[in-house]
Amino acid sequence: MASFDSALLDLGRLDSLAYGDTIIHRLDPRAKLLVTLVFIVAVVSFPKYAFTSLVPFFLFPILMASLANLPLRFLLRKLVVVSPFALFIGIFNPLLDREVLVQLGPLTITGGWVSFGSVMIRFVLTVGAALILITTTSFPGICNALDRLRVPRVFVVQLMFLYRFVFVLTEEALRIVRARSIRSLGEKGLSLKLFVQIMGVLFLRTVDRAERVYWAMCNRGFDGEIRTLRRLRFTGGDAAFVLASVLLVAVLRFNNVSEFFGNLALGIFKLS
Amino acid sequence: MHMADALVSPAVGATFWAISGGTIIYSSRKLKEEGDEKKIPLMGVLGAFVFAAQMINFTIPGTGSSGHLGGGMILAVLLGPYAGFLTLASVLVIQALFFGDGGLLALGCNMFNMGVWTCFVAYPLIYRRMVKTDSSPGRITVVSVISVLVALQLGPFSVVVQTLLSGISELPFKSFVLLMQPIHLAIGLVEGLVTAGFIVFVGKARPEILESAAASKPLAKISIQKVLVGLAVATLLTGGVVSWFASARPDGLEWAIEKIYGKSELLETTEGIIPVLGAAQEKTAILPDYGFKAEEPVSADSTGTGEGGEEEAWPSVSSGTTVAGIVGATMTLGLAVVVGLVLKRRGRGAPGA
Repeated sequence: MASFDSALLDLGRLDSLAYGDTIIHRLDPRAKLLVTLVFIVAVVSFPKYAFTSLVPFFLFPILMASLANLPLRFLLRKLVVVSPFALFIGIFNPLLDREVLVQLGPLTITGGWVSFGSVMIRFVLTVGAALILITTTSFPGICNALDRLRVPRVFVVQLMFLYRFVFVLTEEALRIVRARSIRSLGEKGLSLKLFVQIMGVLFLRTVDRAERVYWAMCNRGFDGEIRTLRRLRFTGGDAAFVLASVLLVAVLRFNNVSEFFGNLALGIFKLS
Repeated sequence: MHMADALVSPAVGATFWAISGGTIIYSSRKLKEEGDEKKIPLMGVLGAFVFAAQMINFTIPGTGSSGHLGGGMILAVLLGPYAGFLTLASVLVIQALFFGDGGLLALGCNMFNMGVWTCFVAYPLIYRRMVKTDSSPGRITVVSVISVLVALQLGPFSVVVQTLLSGISELPFKSFVLLMQPIHLAIGLVEGLVTAGFIVFVGKARPEILESAAASKPLAKISIQKVLVGLAVATLLTGGVVSWFASARPDGLEWAIEKIYGKSELLETTEGIIPVLGAAQEKTAILPDYGFKAEEPVSADSTGTGEGGEEEAWPSVSSGTTVAGIVGATMTLGLAVVVGLVLKRRGRGAPGA
């Protein structure tokens, strides 16, 4: 129950964050989508044992999140919630790969730990990038961008419908589940049989609603397309954003910035 | 089980995006051809319905742990394969964006693992063949469980294959399969029972919905059906045998890992990967010949030299560069955080700036 409530609240919070008004929010959704994809591909394209060269990539999400005024603690909590799969698969690396890769004085670091660290950094960066995309771009904006990028219209329109109804139906589901739990004192879990019945009721309500909505839309001239008044405009600012981001990602991808700064620092340290 | 960006290589991510993206385009076209566009609102609403139902946790009988619905087969049954696939793909898009389930690059893999197997293999080849509109609840239950089990054995198996092809995880093929397949046998059973219960419920309350879904013709002329059935059955058998084997040895995974340690772990890994690669290429000729395999011969040769030699990012592992790397990484991270804090404070000082 508690998890249901908080999941719904989080969903609402993510959605409302996307309607902020900052430099990042005002960028064209296509620009943000493109940059996010470039960023993710760059992060993922590093070899297995890349660790220090991945760290500078944090610059990008941190920049975006601060410019967009996003609540970092909230985003981090969302990250932790979904980390188990990467953690679960990644943790086998230290167990299986015990080749010593680095010897730092008394500290021995095996290849497995390095690649495990790499997996976790990848995880935070890629999922973080997706979260930043959705908290700086409204979902209809993303759908609009997908439409303009020639994703099949049937898919896009249907995606918009889905999103509109997610909030309505999760609230409906919450009401049913809450009603049931209030009436069954002391019974903790939801049995399979009861779950199926709850699902059935939810489904019947859903279908009735869908039918009403469909006829109402037909009356208003719906023909399988959603038209919006706001046209997307890809401005010079958007182009500059894409260019700068891609450049930054390219610099980080093809140079080990960490090593460069480290050498610099160690050099200065030795000189003084 | 969602595949994650962190475990995927660009080549694998792109390949499965191509497959899933192609399936989206194909399904959309098919939907348009059949004049099923009035299904669009229903698809959206049903997608939202599955999404909402996924948020309700139920108790898994006999264990006390809780699980939630997947819903792929339900969508296929209610909407048919094309609309079902599109709807499931949309649910995955929302999950990837809002819950960070998987990630954007791995989204193609996830659509393939959960959507393609369910909507284009298990549903048309098993469910549709064996369940008619007048089938008894018992028959619906048995068939639902079987078809969901097939889908939920093939899906996790693809997760294993994708992870291995990506080469980020160290898990050898055998132990990974031992890890994934038995768990999903249990998950599939529960999911199958829920699916069956739901279909029976809808059949009683609103039979016309199931009838209209059954009226559309899925995959009318496909000659490779037999191949696919064979593949499904083979995978099911593998899953079953592997699970039985695992239950006979409760410490199956540990035993597998230790066995690997007894020998050479690298040799064992390549032994596992090459047959998988071969099988994957037989299954889908779309997978390019190069790219994935480039690493294999190297790792097979470098058994003696260790894995440090095979990666270009760590050409020479001298502790000098490593110290520099760590120092620099800490510095850049600190710098990024400071920049972030400064920007944030400035943003707060001048609202709306």
